[in-house]
Amino acid sequence: MILFYLVSLLTITFSLLVIFTKNPIYSVLYLIATFFTFTIHYVLLNAQFLAVVNFIVYMGAIMVLFLFVLMLMNLNKETEPMKSNLIKIIAVIAGGSLLVTLVGSFKQLSTLGISTVDKPEIGLVENLGKVLFSDFLLPFEVSSILLLSAMVGAVLLAKKDKSENG
Amino acid sequence: MEIAFLIEKVAIVVILFVVTLTIAAYSTLAERKVAAFLQDRVGPDRAGPFGVFQPLADGGKMFFKEETTPNGANKWLFIAGPSLALLTSFLGSAVIPWGQSINFFGRIVPLQVTDINVGILYIFGVVSLGVYGIMIGGWASNNKYSLMGAIRGASQNISYEIAMGLSIIALLLCTNSLSFKVIAEQQHGINWNFWYQPLGFLIFLVCAFAETNRVPFDLPECETELIGGYNTEYSGFKMGAYMFAEYINMFVSSAVMATLYFGGYNYPGMDFVNLHLGPTWGPLVGVAVLLGKILAFIFFFMWVRWTVPRFRYDQLMNLGWKILIPLAIANIVVTACVITFFDKF
Amino acid sequence: MESLSGRKKVLEQKPMNFWERIYLPAIFKGMGITFMHMFKKKETTYYPEQEREFSENWRGMHSLKRDENGKERCTACGLCALSCPAEAITMTSAERQKGEEHLYREEKYAAVYEINMLRCIFCGLCEEACPKEAIYLDGPIVPSEFLRKDFIYGKDKLVELSITDLAAQKGVLA
Repeated sequence: MILFYLVSLLTITFSLLVIFTKNPIYSVLYLIATFFTFTIHYVLLNAQFLAVVNFIVYMGAIMVLFLFVLMLMNLNKETEPMKSNLIKIIAVIAGGSLLVTLVGSFKQLSTLGISTVDKPEIGLVENLGKVLFSDFLLPFEVSSILLLSAMVGAVLLAKKDKSENG
Repeated sequence: MEIAFLIEKVAIVVILFVVTLTIAAYSTLAERKVAAFLQDRVGPDRAGPFGVFQPLADGGKMFFKEETTPNGANKWLFIAGPSLALLTSFLGSAVIPWGQSINFFGRIVPLQVTDINVGILYIFGVVSLGVYGIMIGGWASNNKYSLMGAIRGASQNISYEIAMGLSIIALLLCTNSLSFKVIAEQQHGINWNFWYQPLGFLIFLVCAFAETNRVPFDLPECETELIGGYNTEYSGFKMGAYMFAEYINMFVSSAVMATLYFGGYNYPGMDFVNLHLGPTWGPLVGVAVLLGKILAFIFFFMWVRWTVPRFRYDQLMNLGWKILIPLAIANIVVTACVITFFDKF
Repeated sequence: MESLSGRKKVLEQKPMNFWERIYLPAIFKGMGITFMHMFKKKETTYYPEQEREFSENWRGMHSLKRDENGKERCTACGLCALSCPAEAITMTSAERQKGEEHLYREEKYAAVYEINMLRCIFCGLCEEACPKEAIYLDGPIVPSEFLRKDFIYGKDKLVELSITDLAAQKGVLA
């Protein structure tokens, strides 16, 4: 339990650092650290597969691309656009309403949950695969179609328009 | 029991650490020796007989060299880069089973640091993390060549991870498990996975070369174009850390390949040997066999290095995305069909 | 473009067949070749212990020769310095005094003779220019030094040892 609180504290610290650091590269690095603490959380919840997939996909691939783009853009303080007060106020309002929504939904949720933790093997690959390919087959396939369409879209965007460039 | 368990694990970790370091250190000598032999030379042979103390001399030299930090470099990240590279390279060896469980003074000791049931995915995670060492170090150097090397390294690793993962999926269809221990046990005797997955092994091998940044895929550090790539600005022991990380990566990926495709500690006639040597010495022979396979793979890495010229960057990307990934997918489909129709494995 | 010489050959490049395109057979062939080299004779010379023979027309360090009586041949005519494209040679001449006949062959000799080994390109023009056959580039490789001034070789390093010197050296050794 102490471990849980320690890791949670680290998670919150790192996520705050993501927002408050000036240098975008540091932000990304702190975000990576945040994802790493997420992974530890998953392991603590006995969801090993999810933990490793989070590790590989988010830390190993997506954040690398983030870092990649940021390094190429070479962001300095001078190039950062000035933010007007109006945008700041709007951001505060939007963030506040998101917080209210989340708090409300968590209050609703608190009566549910914690019923599935009895089975310690629930997070293993075998069980997860069986559940995915039997009970949740339709949503699984639909999400794969979604990914496929996203991929086709990306290829389409990356391709040069032949009519313009001949 | 708890204390004994702890001691046992610490002992395995320490032995593994020392062995990894020794092999990495001697890989530097082996690299030069192999290079020399393939080019009709003798290689370093002044430090001790046949140059066996050359790694010590190199290490001493590296310690006493001046450590420079370039102007305008990000001080903290400049140190974090090589440290991260070294750290992630060490992590991989934790899940590899080095032998059968051994009877050590009446106590059954499994020769594996930890058997997590998603071992293969763990290796993937660690490998994908390895690119951060290169990226952070390359960016923090504040040098265009370093940045180019870092970016090349990152895109190369991401591209080849996909093909690597797909080639592994076909293997998993055969083994039905993600645990290294189970996979190693299945390949008893000469029942190695290589016989079932030759194409998968070939794809995995090519990807392993790309992931460890070895020739012919050493674009992140190619001297002719990028001076030294991501480690252009590094000197002294930080440079040594990068070099060590490369050799440890080579060692770990050799171990992974040997375990996944070439039976790990299994060898033909192992039952006979185990019966005659008893439960203590029998498994140790298995460990020696695994080490032999790993050394053979390391030699193979070096042999390829001195044979095949470096790829151009577009050739690298073409090979990864247009050849290896479709091949790996085809391999998955064929394997799945064979398993479904013949239910052979 | 039309070839003017008429000797231009257009190389015909056939499209690669399947086995050539997957590269693997070629790679394995190459690896076989490199592997065979493991067992070939090693070409290494262990330098400080073993030295490789110089070729016939090797040009190394200069030496100023003596004649058969042990007299210095050089008369400080300055033709070598004149011919030197790198201007590496300087000298000061002096007149032979009474009682020095056994040292110098002609009436004039070089009191100072210096070659800057950092400037010298070992072209051998001084050797060709010399009318008295006094300078030859028949020595070994010029050794390395730590200071630039040490590369300016005077007569102490250039002149061939005389018979008496050789005898003295032998005496020291014996």
